[in-house]
Amino acid sequence: MFIRKLSKAALAAIALLLAGCEGGVLDPKGQVGMDEKHLIIVSTLLMLIVVIPVIFMTLYFAWKYRDGRDHEIYAPKWAHSKTIEIVVWLVPVIIVIILGVITWDSTHKLDPYKPLEHQAKPITVQVVSLDWKWLFIYPEQGIASVNELAFPANVPVNFKITSDTAMNSFFIPQLGSQIYSMAGMATKLHLIANEPGTFEGISANYSGAGFAGMKFNAIATPTADDFDAWVAKVKQQGSPLNVEQYKQLAKKSENNPVQYYGSVQQGMFNYIVMQYMHPDSNMKSMGSMSGMEDMEGMHDMGNMEDMKGMDHAQHMQHMQHMKDMDADQTHSSTEQSSIASGEAE
Amino acid sequence: MSIAIQADLHMAHSHEHEHHDTSGNTLFGFWIYLMTDCILFASVFATYAVLFMNTDGGVSGKDIFELDFVLIETAALLVSSITYGVAMICAKHQKKAATLGWLLITFALGCVFIGMEVYEFHHLIEHGNGPDRSAFLSAFFALVGMHGLHVTAGLIWMLIMMVEVLTTGLTNRSVTRLSCLSLFWHFLDIVWVCVFTVVYLLGAL
Amino acid sequence: MSFLGKLTLESIPYHEPIIMVTLAVVGVIGLIIAALITKHQKWGILWHDWITSVDHKKLGIMYILLALIMLIRGFSDAIMMRTQQALATNGAAGYLPPEHYDQIFTAHGVIMIIFMAMPFMIGLMNLVLPLQIGARDVAFPFLNNLSFWLTASGAVLINISLGLGEFAKTGWVAYPPLSELAYSPGVGVDYYIWALQISGIGTTLTGVNFIATVLKMRAPGMKLMQMPIFTWTCTWANILIVASFPILTAVLGLLTLDRYLDFHFFTNDGGGNAMMYINLFWAWGHPEVYILILPAFGIFSEVISTFTSKRLFGYSSMVWASGAISILGFIVWLHHFFTMGSSANVNAFFGVMTMVIAVPTGVKLFNWLFTIYRGRLRITVPVLWTLGFMVTFTIGGMTGVLLAVPGADYVLHNSLFLIAHFHNTILGGAVFGYMAGFAFWFPKAMGFHLNERLGKASFWCWQIGFYVAFMPLYVLGFMGMTRRINHTDNPAWNFWIYFAAVGAFIILAGIILQFVQLYVSFRDRQQNLDTTGDPWNGHTLEWSTSSPPQFYNFATLPHVSDIDAFTDMKEKGQAYQRAQKYQPIHMPKNTASGIFMAACITAVGFAAIWHIWWLAIVGFISAFVLFLVRAYDSDVDYYVQPKDVALIENAHLDNVTANLTNLARG
Repeated sequence: MFIRKLSKAALAAIALLLAGCEGGVLDPKGQVGMDEKHLIIVSTLLMLIVVIPVIFMTLYFAWKYRDGRDHEIYAPKWAHSKTIEIVVWLVPVIIVIILGVITWDSTHKLDPYKPLEHQAKPITVQVVSLDWKWLFIYPEQGIASVNELAFPANVPVNFKITSDTAMNSFFIPQLGSQIYSMAGMATKLHLIANEPGTFEGISANYSGAGFAGMKFNAIATPTADDFDAWVAKVKQQGSPLNVEQYKQLAKKSENNPVQYYGSVQQGMFNYIVMQYMHPDSNMKSMGSMSGMEDMEGMHDMGNMEDMKGMDHAQHMQHMQHMKDMDADQTHSSTEQSSIASGEAE
Repeated sequence: MSIAIQADLHMAHSHEHEHHDTSGNTLFGFWIYLMTDCILFASVFATYAVLFMNTDGGVSGKDIFELDFVLIETAALLVSSITYGVAMICAKHQKKAATLGWLLITFALGCVFIGMEVYEFHHLIEHGNGPDRSAFLSAFFALVGMHGLHVTAGLIWMLIMMVEVLTTGLTNRSVTRLSCLSLFWHFLDIVWVCVFTVVYLLGAL
Repeated sequence: MSFLGKLTLESIPYHEPIIMVTLAVVGVIGLIIAALITKHQKWGILWHDWITSVDHKKLGIMYILLALIMLIRGFSDAIMMRTQQALATNGAAGYLPPEHYDQIFTAHGVIMIIFMAMPFMIGLMNLVLPLQIGARDVAFPFLNNLSFWLTASGAVLINISLGLGEFAKTGWVAYPPLSELAYSPGVGVDYYIWALQISGIGTTLTGVNFIATVLKMRAPGMKLMQMPIFTWTCTWANILIVASFPILTAVLGLLTLDRYLDFHFFTNDGGGNAMMYINLFWAWGHPEVYILILPAFGIFSEVISTFTSKRLFGYSSMVWASGAISILGFIVWLHHFFTMGSSANVNAFFGVMTMVIAVPTGVKLFNWLFTIYRGRLRITVPVLWTLGFMVTFTIGGMTGVLLAVPGADYVLHNSLFLIAHFHNTILGGAVFGYMAGFAFWFPKAMGFHLNERLGKASFWCWQIGFYVAFMPLYVLGFMGMTRRINHTDNPAWNFWIYFAAVGAFIILAGIILQFVQLYVSFRDRQQNLDTTGDPWNGHTLEWSTSSPPQFYNFATLPHVSDIDAFTDMKEKGQAYQRAQKYQPIHMPKNTASGIFMAACITAVGFAAIWHIWWLAIVGFISAFVLFLVRAYDSDVDYYVQPKDVALIENAHLDNVTANLTNLARG
C-alpha cells in the first residue's frame, strides 16, 4: 500500500517536473537561451561518463569488500599501482580537455557583448535598475516604460544596462544570458526572441528589501507592426520623462505597476550613468582622450547643454566619462581589476 | 598580531637547560606572519593600482607629490634599516650600551619618517585633498597610511625592547625578540621601496 | 555624540516577537546551564581546565562545541527561510518581512561558513594534528588559545546582533554599493565587518601557528612525505589560510574605511569601484571553500584506510592532488561573476581553470575507491558519512563543473541551482567530512564511544534530508527561480518549494538525533569506555595514546619510519612499550590572558559598531596592556616529573595489557 502510494507520488513528481520545465531556462524561446540549454545538456552528458561509474563503483565496492566477506581478496599493503594511477589521472584529464574546448568555444560564441548575427536591424533598449523596479528607455523611439519591456520577435535586441543604485542582474530566463547592472557604467547584452510571447523578467542579483518584487514582463510581439502599436500606445498614454521626473521615479518603491513615458529627454541614459561623477571636470585627461569619434551616443550630446544648463566644464566631464561607457572600456576595466587582484596572491 | 607570537617565545628561554631551543620556531612563525602581512599589503597595492586613475575631477598624483620631500623621508627609513642592522650586530656580541645607542638612533630616524608622513597627510587634508575627495586619494591614504601604522607599531615595539634591554640585559629572549623586530623593520623598508616606486615615482611622472 | 554612541533602548527589537521569544529561550537555556554548573560545582574546572587551557586537545573540543552551538543558530535560520518560502507562495507575504528575512539569509551564510564550518574544521585539526605528527603541542600554545577566543569573539558579536540592533541585510558576501553607508545605514553591516574581521584574524593566527607546528615540531624521523594524510590536507588548508585571509582582512578594512571615514573605494560616487570589492572578496572566498573541503578530504582518507584495514591507495597522488587543488583554487575566483561583463577570453580562461580542479578532485575519488578495493570495509558511522559523501559530492562536483561553463552560468548564475550546488559540496563534502571526523575521533577525545545506532539514524536523516531539501533546488534553478527572494508568485514552483521544506525538517531530525546521541552516549559512558586508546585499529600516532590522550601527549617522542606510523609499530611489536626511565616534560601553564585579550577586542568591535569611541579606546589599550603583561610574565611553564609520567603511563599500559589479554582469551 505504502509502495503504491510512493510510486504514485513519484509519478506525480515526474509529471510536475516536466510541466515545471515550462517557463524556465530549459524552455528557451530565444536563440541564445536555446544554445545555452544545448550546452548544459551536452556538458552534463559528458560528465556523466565519469560520474555514473564513480557512484556505481562506490556502492559496489563498499558492498563487495564489506567486512565479513572473507572469500574476497584482502590486500592490506597494496597501495600503489602505476596502471591505475595513470588511468585515474588520464580519464578526468581527457574529459576536462574535451569540456575545456567546448567551454572556450561556447564562451566566445555566447559572449553577451557580441552582437547577434541576424538579417533584421536590431533595436536598442537602455535598461536601468532602480530601487526596486526596472526602467526601459527606447532611444530610437523616444519613449520609456517601467516594468514592461516590449520588442518584436525575431529581431535582435541590444541592451545597454546600468544601475541607479545597488548592483542588480538583468535576466529574462527564457531568452538566455543575464548581465549585471552597475552604477556609473554601462554593460551590454544581446538577446533575441525566436517566437512571440510574454516572458518573465527578473533581477537575479539581490539588491535590498524590494528585490523580490523587481519583476517585469518581456513581451515579444508577433510582428514589427504590433511593436509599433505598443510604441504608439506608450506615446499616447505616457507623460514625459525628464530629470525631475526621473528623480521622482528613482525614489525607493516596491512592486511597481507598469508605467509609460511618452517622451524621454535626450541623453537620459547617459545622465543616469554619469550622475555620480564629481561636478568638477578633470580637464587634464581630455588631452589624452582618443577614439572620441567612434563613441556611441555622440548625437545625444548635442542637446546636453539645454538639458541641465550645464556649463562647458560639466559637458567636458561628461564626454570624458562617455569614454568609460564604451564597451571595450568596460571590458578592460573589469579585466584590469581582475588582474590587479590577481597580484594580491 | 605580530607580537602575539612573541609571548610564546618566553617559555623556551626561561630554562636554559630545555632540550629544544624554540627561538627558531619563534623566528619562523614570525616570518610566516610577515608573509601574511605581505599579502595584506599586496591587496591594498592592487586596490591602489586599480583606483589611482579615479581622481573624480580632483587632484592626481602629479599635482600633490613632492618628490624631494618624499626622498628625505625615504632616506630616513632606509638609513634606519642600516642602523638597526648595526644594533643587531652589537646585540649578538652582547654589547648592551652600543645596542641601546643604535636602537635609539633607529628610533629617532623612524620618528622622522612618521613625522614627515603626518605632515604630508595634514597638508593634503588641509587643502581639501583628504581621502574623502576621490577614490585615488582614498587608495593613497590607505596604502601609505597602512605602512605608516606599521612603522608606528614598530616604533612602539622598539621602545618596549629598549626598556627590556635596559632592565634585563641582552638575554636569549630579548635577542630573539630583537631579531623578530629586525625582520619586521626590514620588511617595512622593502614595502616602502615598493610604495615609493609605485605611488610616488610613477605617480609623479 | 552621546555616551553610548548610537546605542539606545530603541536598538532592542522588542517589537519583533520572533526575536524576543528566541532571546527568552536562549536566556532560559543559559540560566539552566549556569545553574547546572553551579550545582555540580564545575565553575572551577570550567575556568582552570578549559577556558584558560592552552592544550590543543581541549581547544579542539571547545572549537567543536562552538561549531555545534553555531550550527543550531545557523540551522534555525535555514528552517526559517525554508518555512518562509513555503508559506510565501502565490504572492502571499509569509511571516517574515523583507527586513527580517534578509538578515536571516545573511546570518545563515556567515554563521554556517565562518562560525560553524571553520571552527569545526579548526577544532578537528587542533584535536588531531599535533597527535598525528607526534608533537606535545602546537608551536605556539598561547597563541592557539588566543586564536580560539578571537573566533569566539566574532561569534559573540554576531549573536549580540540578534538582540541589539540588526544584522546585515546584504547577503553573506556584502557586495557594495549595497553594503555602503548610502544603502545600508544601519549597524548590520558593521556587525558583519567586525565579526568577520576579528574571527578572521584569529583564523590567520591559527594558520601561522599550524604551519610552524607542522614544519618544526614533527616527531623524529617523520619526513614530510610520511605525514599522515589528514595532516597533509590540513597543511595545505593552512597555507591557503595564510595566503588568503589577509585579503579578507584588507577588503573588510577598506569597506570599514568607506563606511566610517567616508573613503571611496567601493562607493558609487567619488570614483569608487565596487567591482574591486567583488574581485578581492572572491580572491579570499574561493580559497576559503578549499580551506573547508581539503581537511574533510583528509578525514575521508583516514576513515577509509582505517576501516578497510588497509593502506591508503596512492598516498603521494593524494598529497599532490591536494596541492594542485590549493594552487588552482587561487586562480578561479572570477567564476563567481561571469555575468559582470568580462571579455570572452577572461571568462573562458577562468572557466577552464575551474574545470581543471575537477581533475585532482576526481583522482582523489578514484583513490578512495581503490582503497576500498580489496579491503575489509567495516560499515561504521564514519564510513557511512564517507560513502554518503562520495556519492553526494560527485553530484555536487558535476553541477560545479557545469556552472564553470560560462555559457551555462549565464542562465544559472545566482539561481537556486547555484544554491543547490554549493550546499551539495559544502554540506555533502565538508560537513559530512566533519561528521565523519567527529564520530571517528570522538572516542579519542572523550574516552568513550558514541552510540552507534543513533549515529546511523542521524546519518540517514541527514543523507535523505539532504536529497529531499536540495534536489528540488536544482529543479527550481532550472525553472528560473533566483536566490534570496522572500516570496514567490509562480504556481509551478510551489511543489518543489514545499518539497525542499520537508527536506529541511528531515535534516532537523538528523541534528536532533545527533544531540540525542551525544546525551545517550554520555549517559552510558561507563559501559562504552575506550580503554586501549585504539578503538578502530588505527594507523596513525594519535591512536597510540590513551583516550583521552595524556595531557603531554607522548611520554617519550615516538620515532617514525612509515606513513602508517602506529600500524608499523604494532607490526614490529614496538607499540605499548614501557620505558625504563622518563625524562621530565616541559609544559606550558594555562593562562587567562587569551580570553581577557579577546574580551577586550570584542569590546573594541562592539564599540566600533555602535560608535562608542571611548570604549573602543579603553578596550584597545587594555588588550595591549594585557598582552604586555603576558609577554613579560615569567611564570608560564612547568615540568612534569618523571615519577608522575611513569604513574600515568603505567596505568594506561596496564589497561592496554588487560585488554589485550582479554582479547586473546575471548
